[in-house]
Amino acid sequence: MLLTTIVALPLITALLLVLIPRNFRFVMRLLTLAATLVTFVLALFLVLRFETGSADYQFVTKIPWVESLGISFYLGIDGINIGLVFMAALVGFAAACASWEIRHHEKEFYVLLLVMTGGIIGAFASLDLFLFYFFHELALVPTFIMIGLWGRGEQKNFATFQITLYLSLGALIALIGLIAIYLQMPAAVRTFEMPKIVAYFQTAPMAASVQQWIFPLLMFGFGILVSLWPFHTWAPLGYAAAPSATAMLHAGVLKKFGLYGLIRVALPIMPEGAKHWLGVLALLCLGNILYCGWVAMRQRDLNLLIGNSSVAHMGFVFLGIASLSVIGITGAVMVMVAHGLLAALTFALSGYLYNHAGTLDMDKLGGLLKKLPFIGTVMIMAMFAGCGLPGFANFVGELLVLFGSWKTLPWFVVAGAWGALVIGAIYMLRAIRDVWHGEAAEATALQDASAWRKVPFVLLLAALIVIGVWPRLLTDKIEPSVKRIVSASAPPTVALTK
Amino acid sequence: MILEIAVLVLGLGVLLIDLWTAPEQKRFLGYGAAAGLLLILVFSFFRFSAADAQAAFGGMYVIDGLALFFKRFFLVAAIIVTLMTVEFSDRIEAGISEFYSLITFALMGMMFAASANDFTMLFVAMELITVSFYILTSFQRSRLISLEAGVKYLILGALASAFLVYGIALVYGTAGTMKFAVVAGKASALAGNSLFLLGLLLIVMGLGFKIAAFPLQIWAPDVYQGAPVPTTAFLAVGSKAAGFILLWRVLFFAVPQVTVQWTNLLIVIAAITILYGNLCALPQRNIKRLFGYSSIAHAGYLLLGIAAMAADVKNVAAGGSAILYYLSGYLFTVLGAFLVLCLVLRHADAEDISSLAGLNQRSPLLAGVMTLAMVSLAGIPPLAGFFGKFLLLKAALDQGAANHGFYCLVGVAIVGVVISLYYYFGVIRAIYWSASPADASPVKIPVIQRALLYVCAAGMLYLGLFPNSLVNLATRTAQARTQVNVTEASQQPSK
Repeated sequence: MLLTTIVALPLITALLLVLIPRNFRFVMRLLTLAATLVTFVLALFLVLRFETGSADYQFVTKIPWVESLGISFYLGIDGINIGLVFMAALVGFAAACASWEIRHHEKEFYVLLLVMTGGIIGAFASLDLFLFYFFHELALVPTFIMIGLWGRGEQKNFATFQITLYLSLGALIALIGLIAIYLQMPAAVRTFEMPKIVAYFQTAPMAASVQQWIFPLLMFGFGILVSLWPFHTWAPLGYAAAPSATAMLHAGVLKKFGLYGLIRVALPIMPEGAKHWLGVLALLCLGNILYCGWVAMRQRDLNLLIGNSSVAHMGFVFLGIASLSVIGITGAVMVMVAHGLLAALTFALSGYLYNHAGTLDMDKLGGLLKKLPFIGTVMIMAMFAGCGLPGFANFVGELLVLFGSWKTLPWFVVAGAWGALVIGAIYMLRAIRDVWHGEAAEATALQDASAWRKVPFVLLLAALIVIGVWPRLLTDKIEPSVKRIVSASAPPTVALTK
Repeated sequence: MILEIAVLVLGLGVLLIDLWTAPEQKRFLGYGAAAGLLLILVFSFFRFSAADAQAAFGGMYVIDGLALFFKRFFLVAAIIVTLMTVEFSDRIEAGISEFYSLITFALMGMMFAASANDFTMLFVAMELITVSFYILTSFQRSRLISLEAGVKYLILGALASAFLVYGIALVYGTAGTMKFAVVAGKASALAGNSLFLLGLLLIVMGLGFKIAAFPLQIWAPDVYQGAPVPTTAFLAVGSKAAGFILLWRVLFFAVPQVTVQWTNLLIVIAAITILYGNLCALPQRNIKRLFGYSSIAHAGYLLLGIAAMAADVKNVAAGGSAILYYLSGYLFTVLGAFLVLCLVLRHADAEDISSLAGLNQRSPLLAGVMTLAMVSLAGIPPLAGFFGKFLLLKAALDQGAANHGFYCLVGVAIVGVVISLYYYFGVIRAIYWSASPADASPVKIPVIQRALLYVCAAGMLYLGLFPNSLVNLATRTAQARTQVNVTEASQQPSK
């Protein structure tokens, strides 16, 4: 019931907002904040009541939906999605806080924001394949509309269309893969319930030749959703054009859906296909890590830099998945949570900066730390976290990924990933120098965040640090569930040379 | 039969009452006609049940689950279109009562089509629909473009009828019968007869014209653009669905043995139709023309379902139920969209997409329904269009293992969906975020049309969120079809 409430609360509040006349802006904002705050607190409860060390699904709700097709409203939590659900709820609240910048059509914005939050949490909490996809799409469509309607910059229209077409294509390819999995079961036992599907394919594995066809559908379909190189071009532009709240929710949380799908669906159901294709995935994720890192180095717009670096970070998650080892995948889940918090934090900060300075062009900014001590400090800490500084959650995740991939992936992939850390440090430090230090470019009236405005930044940063300092809080929960998945997919033997 | 007779009486009644109605009151006859249709719809639920199939005219006419499903479908469409016409009536100079009765006559043709079990019935039903639509299309006599559309429809429609009647003649010549059930008994023997196959091909081409499948789709954009809005709406929903039920009857009733062999042909036609419709819709600026091309694309998706049924004629439940579901979602979606167009595009010359600019300020309800409709047509959850596409893709993928052509077809369908997102979102963009609109006055929506908008929106959402009951109904309907078919085919030799 707790989990259902967490999913349903934002959606029900969205319905409620539809009924409120559009002049009551303050009421709508208050309701949105309250709903997301309650969701966040409930998610915190969820984490506290979660039974650590168990690999089973907890907080399970199951209601039949379309019985003839074996579709049900089926929610549940295990180690892999507990962190993601918590992170989604936290980012949802932070995004609602950051929405003060919206000055027109507030009603529509808050409705979409709540639908998106509910959809995201629902997607991560679903144990039914259909529901899983359904919630994802529910969250995806508001993204497009929000970028189109409240977006900024000259390339807004282009970015809207690009992100719409790319993500829809990715989602559709993944949908075909999901339906194909469903159809691989004999008609009598067909169901969309993930635990049953996984159990079925462990007793009666799919033919390896079939797996080799279905796995790439999921890999590339989900990959496009996660900005896998070379299908990543939508991400930096889209995030640069998006309003802060949307960028926070999408870059932070919704994007992780594809990665989550790979870990939750593709690996346990198609271990043979995974072995066949993960070598390719490892090479492509080098493209993310190195190429997009390189591109990020050349950016002069802070948002484009953050966007590209977020694409580069996705490479680490792919790398962890490609390692097919317990440590690597645990690390991948860890990076997903950490990067979600980090991306939300940086996009919230850059949004704040954009709204006050009017630009994010690093050539026009400079010496802002004096005027914006709080925002500046948090931003610098976030950028350090992005470089992988110990003490932040990202460090833990990336380290685990590197350990995990060391054993199973070829040396040059791992070497590339180490190199990427250096590239990351270069552009992050450069950005810090250009924006926060140096001479003040223009004497614009800048205002540091008031106490209220600080709330989302503090929350996100605190979560990053707490998990970074005490990673067992999450890893102990993640590991048993990952073990179950990895054991399902036999000992890993990935070789690129073959 | 009683349903068709009731509809006929209603249509004639409207013509009669017209004689005693003052000219300024005539438009309100539409409410009467719609109420009558609603009564007939309600009556159909009491009088018939899908379980027992009945036949009339020596088996020319059947009422089974499938026929009932489509009859109710057509009735709902006609009710909404009639009420739409009341709103549209100020743009028709004269003869609004005739417009109402022509809608009911076309409806009668569609209802006969749903029950057609014989090539004669098929032809008569098809002609009744088409002839009514010739007039409905060119009803705005002072508009050149309306007349042009009517003439185009007439010429190409006559050509299609010629195909159809010539094909029927060949089939009759080779099979010696008009009855679907008898043809089904002989079809395996005739499957090698090229004259018989040519006849069938011509028949399928004639039906392909109705559903606007490639290569007989040429008329659709022009006619959609030129016809009055209610006519376009009825064409898009009713006429297309009538084409599909006739195609279903012919392919899976009369000649299932031949249909199996035509699977690849159907796959190719479906693929080209999807691509053609979507690609040509991309550059369109006229919104009705855009709908014309988009309706071609949707015919392609539905043909995908027909192809999936053809691959396994013994068990058509998966593809069949997908088609039924898709059409039901399409009904509410398209009629909702046309209702919005009917209310917004008061001036027939300004049918450009940009004339929707600022609609969200002029009427949030209209903007909302139009957005829902576009999102549903694009096939995005939680709306009806998504679940329909989901079922269609599932049905096609299920056949993929046996015939790899289906994988290619699914690939093409996905490309088509992504292309369609571009133009559907183009419409949404015009509504919400385009430059200052030329006309910013609020749109007046009469009570009944407002209720209809809610009905359409509710239909789209309900079918998207709670698909269970309709999926069950559609599966039952499609399955029952097969059973009747099998028993008839097996009984045939004993006669």
